[in-house]
Amino acid sequence: MARRFRKTFYATREQLIYAAALDFGMKAGLALLVATFAVYVSGLLAPHVPIDELSGYWGLPVDEYLAAANVPRGWGWLALALTGDYLNFVSIAFLSGVTVVCYARILVYPLKSRDYPFAGIVVAQIVVLLLVASGILAVGH
Amino acid sequence: MDRRFDTRVWRGMVIALAVGVFLTVAPAPALAAEGAMLDLPWWGWAGLLFVVSFGLGIVAVLGGIGGGVLFVPVVGGFFPFHIDFVRGAGLLVALAGALAAGPGLLRSGMANLRLALPLGLIASIFAIFGASIGLALPDHVINFALGGTILGIVVLMLLGRKSELPEVPQADRLSNALRISGVFHDPYREKDIDWKIHRTPLGLVLFAGIGFLAGMFGLGAGWANVPVLNLVLGAPLKVSVATSKFMLSIVDTAAAWVYLNAGAVLALVAAPSIVGIMLGSVIGARLLARTRASVIRVVVIVLLVAAGSRALLKGFGI
Repeated sequence: MARRFRKTFYATREQLIYAAALDFGMKAGLALLVATFAVYVSGLLAPHVPIDELSGYWGLPVDEYLAAANVPRGWGWLALALTGDYLNFVSIAFLSGVTVVCYARILVYPLKSRDYPFAGIVVAQIVVLLLVASGILAVGH
Repeated sequence: MDRRFDTRVWRGMVIALAVGVFLTVAPAPALAAEGAMLDLPWWGWAGLLFVVSFGLGIVAVLGGIGGGVLFVPVVGGFFPFHIDFVRGAGLLVALAGALAAGPGLLRSGMANLRLALPLGLIASIFAIFGASIGLALPDHVINFALGGTILGIVVLMLLGRKSELPEVPQADRLSNALRISGVFHDPYREKDIDWKIHRTPLGLVLFAGIGFLAGMFGLGAGWANVPVLNLVLGAPLKVSVATSKFMLSIVDTAAAWVYLNAGAVLALVAAPSIVGIMLGSVIGARLLARTRASVIRVVVIVLLVAAGSRALLKGFGI
């Protein structure tokens, strides 16, 4: 492991570890997205909003769409995750979660080298991303 | 020779602007009436979206811009989807592109983690505000502001200058404290180039504004990241372009969560767009060496002027 991520002249060890985590997460996320979208359009799982009726909804502002299609806000889509359309949210949430995992993966390195300003930035970014993912950090709704 | 080339490029730009405005205004009355939209089944729209996203992916790579900045105004202007869902998909498109490019850019040392992380933190916080406010604003305000921003980007592209290796006499105290500096290998010069940055506090303020706009309109923000990194902070152009691309994975992640939590993502819009633009980007990267940059620049400007003007007209209710 240590050999695999040995610091190069151009990239630090933490940068290489971040890159490896990002690479894995991106490939897994995209594969998942293609798979869940195939399930959706093939009709293997019945969608929450019938796909033939979607054209009646996609021109609506999001608030009207949620009310008309009876879709919950925030993480409420998890309850619909076994429907063809909202199964795709699993892969979209996965792709949106890759960055926070990458940050968590490198946090130990600035802490080990007592680089506290950099560690503080990494921690702050993790907190911001977790808060926004949780739905706590949002205004206007 | 250079002057003659410049004249040709400028003439091309003027023609591009005229064509862009014509493309926008001519179909506007027809498109304005809902019933006049193409009467396609869902799979027709999904297929068309895939094809258009694929094309935008090619043009975006060749034009040296992010896919999101083309995607939102083009799809928002000429497809029947509400701008809320287009912005949600636009952020995911930009995010997916940045996630895909990030590993290679980081490994090569072109993108720099220490440069990206502080700026990405500020930009992502403001992207969250931008996204939240953008979702709360009425459609016509968003379309108007989006149109204005896109046309502003065109002006930036026409007037903007770049500096391969900006001169940074001395790194500032903040960048020293954060140890923001690096070395990259420039294969064209065949040498390693040391770099450092200055004016970090000003850069942080500018990235707050960039993050806000990126979140509000669902745009990738490479068009603004690169000039700030390159001309304000003094990072070499290649480091600026690569770090900007990587930073989108941070900033757009934050804004994407706002759209996801607000329910402003439709799988039928997001998935074909992401896959289409990523495949297009792969083809675009292969065509890069065989295409004239000035021609692509004209195509990008035509698209942006057409789509930006269309958004502006929508903002006026036309």
